[in-house]
Amino acid sequence: MTTRLIYFAWVRERIGMPEEDVELPAGIETVADLLRWLQSRGEGYEHALQYPDVIRVAINQEHVDHREKISGAREIALFPPMTGG
Amino acid sequence: MSAVLAPTVRIQREDFDVAAEIAGLTQGRTDIGAVVSFSGLCRDEQGALSALELEHYPGMAEAEIGRIAAEAVERWPLQGLTVIHRHGKIRPGEKIVLVVAASAHRQAAFEAANFLMDYLKSRAPFWKKEHRADGSEGGWVEAKETDAQAAKRWKSPSE
Repeated sequence: MTTRLIYFAWVRERIGMPEEDVELPAGIETVADLLRWLQSRGEGYEHALQYPDVIRVAINQEHVDHREKISGAREIALFPPMTGG
Repeated sequence: MSAVLAPTVRIQREDFDVAAEIAGLTQGRTDIGAVVSFSGLCRDEQGALSALELEHYPGMAEAEIGRIAAEAVERWPLQGLTVIHRHGKIRPGEKIVLVVAASAHRQAAFEAANFLMDYLKSRAPFWKKEHRADGSEGGWVEAKETDAQAAKRWKSPSE
């Protein structure tokens, strides 16, 4: 199944693209697994995700924590802590 | 008057008119006794800043602010609620965000507006990047721990 990954702010800048469609390998079950897998995909990803604890994640446009299961997610967004308001 | 209030949430590039937004909530009504509005503006940080660039997550920004607004409607007896958040390049002195809360009595309106702003700061998917007045590249504004703490005070002990 194809999952769309969307990146914002410095996560987007460091990875070098605003979004991409990926085929998640077997064994990637949670948000934490996804972040670990992405880190291994190259220098930009490594730089963006070197402190995974600070990365905020939304699945299908709702906030989730890193233990959340990602099965069935159409859209997963990764971004820094928000600074709106 | 038992219908559940539907808050107005707008995410837009354009500026907004505070007086018009307040009038929009109160016009033709005689049951509203209190209107609290909060406007957030872009500061120039003692001349160091030429603009803020606000990036947002289209779709989720509307959805998340809608969820926060719905929670406010559940917690306080509101008769009107409008939230507007701008994105794109915003210059010092320009408006960024507006919350207008209307209620029969002031306490609910004050508290709901305060709650909305605390939650917006830490949960609405917006990110500010600085443009420096000297032309050098500014960085991303860092999230403040004090904002996260401010949001936590609205949680009930069971959460």
